[in-house]
Amino acid sequence: MSLRHSLALAAVLGTVLVAGCAMPRLPTLEPWVKPYERERLADPVMKLSRDTLPEKHFEHVRDVREGARGATGVQGGGCGCN
Amino acid sequence: MAATRAALGLWRRLLALLASLLGGLLAVGGARAVDLPEDKAEALFHSYSGGGVTANGPALLVRKSLFDKVSLAGTVYVDSVSNASIDVVTTASPYRETRTEYGLSADYVYRDSQITISGLTSHEPDYTANTGSLDVTQEVFGGMTTVALGFTRGADTVLKHGSPEFHETAKHWQYRLGVTQILTPRWLMSVNVEALSDYGFLGSPYRVARVFGAAVPERNPSTRSARAINLRLIGDLGSRDSMHVGYRYYHDTWSIAAHTAEIGYSRHFGESWLADTFVRYYTQRHALFYSDNAPVETTYVSRNRQLSTFNDFGLGAKVAWTVRKVPGRYDVKLNGAYEYTRFKFKDFTDIRTGNPYATNASIVQLYVTATY
Repeated sequence: MSLRHSLALAAVLGTVLVAGCAMPRLPTLEPWVKPYERERLADPVMKLSRDTLPEKHFEHVRDVREGARGATGVQGGGCGCN
Repeated sequence: MAATRAALGLWRRLLALLASLLGGLLAVGGARAVDLPEDKAEALFHSYSGGGVTANGPALLVRKSLFDKVSLAGTVYVDSVSNASIDVVTTASPYRETRTEYGLSADYVYRDSQITISGLTSHEPDYTANTGSLDVTQEVFGGMTTVALGFTRGADTVLKHGSPEFHETAKHWQYRLGVTQILTPRWLMSVNVEALSDYGFLGSPYRVARVFGAAVPERNPSTRSARAINLRLIGDLGSRDSMHVGYRYYHDTWSIAAHTAEIGYSRHFGESWLADTFVRYYTQRHALFYSDNAPVETTYVSRNRQLSTFNDFGLGAKVAWTVRKVPGRYDVKLNGAYEYTRFKFKDFTDIRTGNPYATNASIVQLYVTATY
């Protein structure tokens, strides 16, 4: 492990320990949006992806023309298109 | 002794902190259950046209659940490509070919979890790709948070027209993690990260690079590792409409760094119409071994414009019309989508004119979707 990684790890651990000391009684985290309050989130306009094949087509068109890939949540497949 | 007691106390507090966080996340689930993906069919005609390339064809998806526990989906996707792109017209001959892809997936739900296993096989005359994936999603924190973990493994065979002795392979690995979080009754966000790794023949057996102005076969490294992070936020605006914003950062060991930004707006019109518009901007820095015309001999060299410095800007719209809807039984929708994209290359010269290359493209989709 390099010195920089060691220092970063020490900083993270230090922050957690200080947080542990500074917050002896953390309030329990509870879901703040109840199921009956999620009606608007179920509307089609709130979907990140509605239809599979059109999303796959857009993803494919971009994958074969742009250098970047991934993290879009759309399942791609290999091809020799590029 | 006092120091030991203090350390123990510290550990207890730390454990209490972690237990409080985990307890909040996991203990609120109760007897909830995620739903299987709904039974659905999609029939799509897709078309891409730009820069001398046209690629179009049909695609079909059918999804059906069995025993309320498993949902099976099958897809067929056909791409008929006619290629007279700038690469092809300046260094080779225009060609036509067809790619056919078959996919099968199974989703299984158990309480708050969904497990998806899928396989894809894609065939072109000179390229075969087989891909297998496993994805698990888990709802936690009373259904406010969805965590997704996934893995994909791909294996490709690369051949070359007119060279029966040419036979290469490539392997691909993808590991992904995603979190979707309900923020308020109107807003939700998602964070997706993915690590991608490729090994083997990662170029094209046809493409040429330029060294001292002379055409030579491109030479790519046989490994490539990439990281991508994608942040998205979507919010209900209160008039049966919504907006979304997204940003992705990508970086890989070929030294490509890319930024993608997207913003969009969606709105219902009456009971039957739904429209979306979006703007997308993409920009990337070129790969370390990319050169428009290499001034020195290097181990690796490529003039693949996908690895160059460029940006593209897209403007798109989608419309969906509900033809018939019987709540709880079925619905049928007709859909159309169009995107116009402008590509501008910084260090890829159109050798016919001597200017930096730029081109436009149009994407058209016409499709029918039905749930039943």
